[in-house]
Amino acid sequence: MIPLSWYMTLAVILFCIGVCGFLTRRNVIVMFLSIELMLNGVNLNLVALSHFLDSVRGQAFTFFIITVAAAEAAIGLGIAIALYRSRRSVHVDTINHLKG
Amino acid sequence: MIQTAAVTWTALEPILPELLLVGIGVLLIGCDLFIPRQRQVLPWLTVVGCATALLMILGARPTSAFGGMFLADGYAMVFKAICLGAVILTTLISEQFWQTVDGRQGEYYSLLIFSLVGMLLMASAGDLMVLYLGLELMALPIYALVGMHKRDGRTSEAAVKYFLTGAFASALLLFGMSLLYGLTGTTDIGRIAEAAAAMNVAANPALLAALGLLLAGLCFKVAVAPFHLWTPDVYEGAPTLVTALMSIGPKAAGFAIFGRVVFYGLPGLQDHWGPILAVLALLTMAVGNITALCQQSLKRMLAYSSIAHAGYALLGLVAGTEEGMAATMAYLAVYLFMNLGAFAVLILLAAPGQCRESLDDCKGLAGKHPVVAALMLVFLFSLTGIPPTGGFIGKFYLLKAAFVAGYPLTVVGAVLFSAISAFFYLRVVRLMYMSEADHNACLSCSPGMRAVLGVCLAGVLGLGFFPGPVLGWIVAALAGS
Repeated sequence: MIPLSWYMTLAVILFCIGVCGFLTRRNVIVMFLSIELMLNGVNLNLVALSHFLDSVRGQAFTFFIITVAAAEAAIGLGIAIALYRSRRSVHVDTINHLKG
Repeated sequence: MIQTAAVTWTALEPILPELLLVGIGVLLIGCDLFIPRQRQVLPWLTVVGCATALLMILGARPTSAFGGMFLADGYAMVFKAICLGAVILTTLISEQFWQTVDGRQGEYYSLLIFSLVGMLLMASAGDLMVLYLGLELMALPIYALVGMHKRDGRTSEAAVKYFLTGAFASALLLFGMSLLYGLTGTTDIGRIAEAAAAMNVAANPALLAALGLLLAGLCFKVAVAPFHLWTPDVYEGAPTLVTALMSIGPKAAGFAIFGRVVFYGLPGLQDHWGPILAVLALLTMAVGNITALCQQSLKRMLAYSSIAHAGYALLGLVAGTEEGMAATMAYLAVYLFMNLGAFAVLILLAAPGQCRESLDDCKGLAGKHPVVAALMLVFLFSLTGIPPTGGFIGKFYLLKAAFVAGYPLTVVGAVLFSAISAFFYLRVVRLMYMSEADHNACLSCSPGMRAVLGVCLAGVLGLGFFPGPVLGWIVAALAGS
């Protein structure tokens, strides 16, 4: 039996890799992938806790998160395509028209 | 063993207004698709649907549904009224805006309605799951709305910035929620409060981490410094109409979940979140008001002013009392009228092909359009907080609540930053009344625009002269919930 702390450590590591990726990468798509990694860290946390607490709420929550993440991906990629059409790039360093 | 309960249709009664709005949203897509020639029906359908939902919500008894997941209490009712008001008023000025920028607006109204349903769910959330679903249902259509005017190159940039920061904030919030679930064993906000009260906070780093992540995520959503960096760019790049909505509706809904989580969910941790929020509120007012001083674009100045106002509204939450919560709600109600009024004037100034968003564009407005200039004057005075406008009354109750709760230094800071804000608001007034116009602008005013300006003026002055009934209604709604 793998103890709960291992699952939670893995979840925290996944989440932290996601945060680091979001803060350091400069491509919109890769930043978005990092956010998905963070969400999967959350999912792992919820499912592990749900099993050890013997309550189904965590698993139900995970299903909602997965569903919303899919909708979010659809909208995010749509926005990235709109951006690419106007700028010919999805690099955040070129997204600098708005400032002040 | 999992027990299942039979579905009874009467259980749906508390969510009837939301179901009605979902129906209207689907109907709007259908109308746009099948009767494209009758497009003028769409705004009317939106307004009538929202007004019906508003009446249903105001007339409903406080109840809860789905095992406490959905709370239709007085707290939710006030926030829902503010969000519905924001959507109704923005819909009324939509036609004029889309004619000016010459954009296709078919899917605009349905996205607006779906986002509104998200805001209503956020206001009613009694469970972290519903809270998250409402938040995303509110945010996803707004991402699309921000990036909607694709011919303007700025909107996709604003949309991508809003999307990335919004999704990042959601992930932070979710990780905080998952920790909270692990610590308390439930996602029900009421039961989280009971479980958290029994814990020793100081010896529990996981609880503090959960609190920190939740606060960071929520501060992102309501644009509180230091998590405000997305706000100016997004507000400037989005179509002005969507900016007007974003600065009120989602912000009010954000405060609704903020209050639900910290005020109802973690009241036992008030010694920890109270001082943190007090510092953040001061920082927000400082950043918003001082950065607004050096803006040349009126739209960007209003964006920074909306950051500063989030700081003021946070004071009521800092107080952590029912009185403070009522003050925040009253302030958001006043803010609805004064900010939407200012944005309506900004939309009115725009002409086909020119956005006219810089400060120079209001030069000499009083000479040619005295009524518009006078309206802007009232809205700006109210945003500054000069009596007898609603902005003064709102700020007064907030400062009083924070002072009574024991944050005198925060109150002094808020008054100082409020005085600084007078400089940039009154600079617009000076340009309107004491400068000569560079160009000859002629303004066209649609009936919807007239109605919105009239309602906003009545709201700002009405709440300024007779705040008693509205404040009494809010306090009674909070006490009854």
